[in-house]
Amino acid sequence: MPLDTTGLGWTVAVIFAPLAGALLGFLAPRRAVAVGLAAATATAISAVGLAHAVLTQGPLRLAVGGWGAPLGIDLYADGLSATLLLMTALVGLAVSAHAPAYFGDKPRQSARFWPLWLFLWTALNALFLAADLFNLYVTLELLGLAAVALTALGGSGGALTGAMRYLLVSLLGSLAYLLGVALLYHAYGSLDLAVLSALVADSPATRAALGAMIAGLLLKTALFPFHFWLPGAHASAPAPVSALLSALVVKASFYLLLRLWLGLFGGFGAPLAELLGALGAAAVLWGSVQALRQPRLKLLIAYSTVAQLGYLFLAFPLAAVGGAAVWGGALYLVLAHALAKAAMFLTAGSLLRFGHHDRIADLDRAVYRLPLTVTAFALAGVSIMGLPPSGGFVGKWLLLEAAFHQGRWDLALVMLLGGALAAAYVFKVVGFAFTPAYAGHRAGSVPAAMEWSALLLAVGAILLGFAGPLVWPLLEVGAPFAAPPAPATWQVRP
Amino acid sequence: MTQATLYALTGLGLVGLGLYALIVRAHLLRKVLAFNVIGSGVFLVLIGLARRTPAGAPDPVPQAMVLTGIVVAVAATALAVVLMLRLRAATGRITLDDSPGD
Repeated sequence: MPLDTTGLGWTVAVIFAPLAGALLGFLAPRRAVAVGLAAATATAISAVGLAHAVLTQGPLRLAVGGWGAPLGIDLYADGLSATLLLMTALVGLAVSAHAPAYFGDKPRQSARFWPLWLFLWTALNALFLAADLFNLYVTLELLGLAAVALTALGGSGGALTGAMRYLLVSLLGSLAYLLGVALLYHAYGSLDLAVLSALVADSPATRAALGAMIAGLLLKTALFPFHFWLPGAHASAPAPVSALLSALVVKASFYLLLRLWLGLFGGFGAPLAELLGALGAAAVLWGSVQALRQPRLKLLIAYSTVAQLGYLFLAFPLAAVGGAAVWGGALYLVLAHALAKAAMFLTAGSLLRFGHHDRIADLDRAVYRLPLTVTAFALAGVSIMGLPPSGGFVGKWLLLEAAFHQGRWDLALVMLLGGALAAAYVFKVVGFAFTPAYAGHRAGSVPAAMEWSALLLAVGAILLGFAGPLVWPLLEVGAPFAAPPAPATWQVRP
Repeated sequence: MTQATLYALTGLGLVGLGLYALIVRAHLLRKVLAFNVIGSGVFLVLIGLARRTPAGAPDPVPQAMVLTGIVVAVAATALAVVLMLRLRAATGRITLDDSPGD
């Protein structure tokens, strides 16, 4: 195994840099912004260092404190982990650049935002690096608690209701996951993903664990019909927090679901894959139609997240035949959606500052006064719709190609219909940004950092369409999408 | 039926009870308690199944997991109770929607 101290150093730094920043920011709330920006920069540099180490040295495995796999905690970084760490760093940097201006007139919220956001970043990075099922549970809970606290940051009745519902859903999802961990440990006596992947066989205990874990994670990933908590939580949080929740937090539980599917359950999940695909299709259509009907910008963006998460699940029925190319497409959609959706929520923050409201019908010629922000929204919209040359196009194209190739016209139709509906809701917003409102209002000034952070993210979502030669080699390190080893004792069930 | 299976089945029963209350009860304190009942059920399953090692001696790993799980549950309960109090202070309600609490 290629082990190098520098690579392993980055593995530790990517978790401890945000953790140290969070603790310092918590202890010195007056300096929270400076500490937070320093920690964000250090974390992003560590993520780039780790990705470089993974790319040049292959997958990294670190036994924390020198304790081995059965009892100790292992950190494992392959191409999939490194890609998601980079995605988190990119979105994290943009949100960190946006936040000081957004919270500029709310020092109390700012002092609380930074520690919580850095705790969230710690949990995300630890989750992407965790190699055993229980450590994944702990990071999942840390992530959930930090995300709920951030949702409640605004302190309004709506924000608190959204946060409370989010907390209960998140806890229920984690406990269902933990029940599955208990069953798997009982059946196989190990928690390590790599060890389990070689041992796991089709048995009633495995199937019960599969059901509990997948159900819990679907609840957290907000796949239709478990999406009921998402619009309220994501739309009522402050805009930088909404960006983090929609771009990163739901992706973390999807990542875990994908890891479990690839490593443990994929071998005997064919009927379940069809069910996930059907729910994904329903999510694409229902989420898009609901987005189109929303009068408020943040709710529209939140329902768009429900729809875009649906696309990720269309990969499950296609991957049985399509294999790594389909998973690559889904991963590309994860990346493109993270950049584009974070950009959209950040523009919502700018528009909220500009008009003191987020009613779509009263955007009042925002395009003339905030051209950068409306451009950012439109560019992000191009990626969400899946038009070339954006990152969203590459992902959707790979999935569409697989659907055509396998004769899955139903899934292809859903993808095309979802794209058309996305175009409708994006143009609805852009259209109102050109139209004068009936009741004019006092326009607030928007700091440049808020506009530029959103614009750079949106440009990133477009450039992702050209970044294939950079993304694919990294994604393939350690072959995360290779078919799992055949189950040890395959039992055919009638 | 072995003692271990009995523990595991009791744990599953608790999970079921908690799940029912979490969905049906509107009052937030009841929902928080329901979450704790589900948690206890899961922990009981973990501990109960840990006794079924071939040697007969309890396996320490699930016990360590349950200890960690309890710490997480305490933290989550604290956050939930604080949120509940803040929600009541902000809106006067102690439920998630406008329906009256029980």
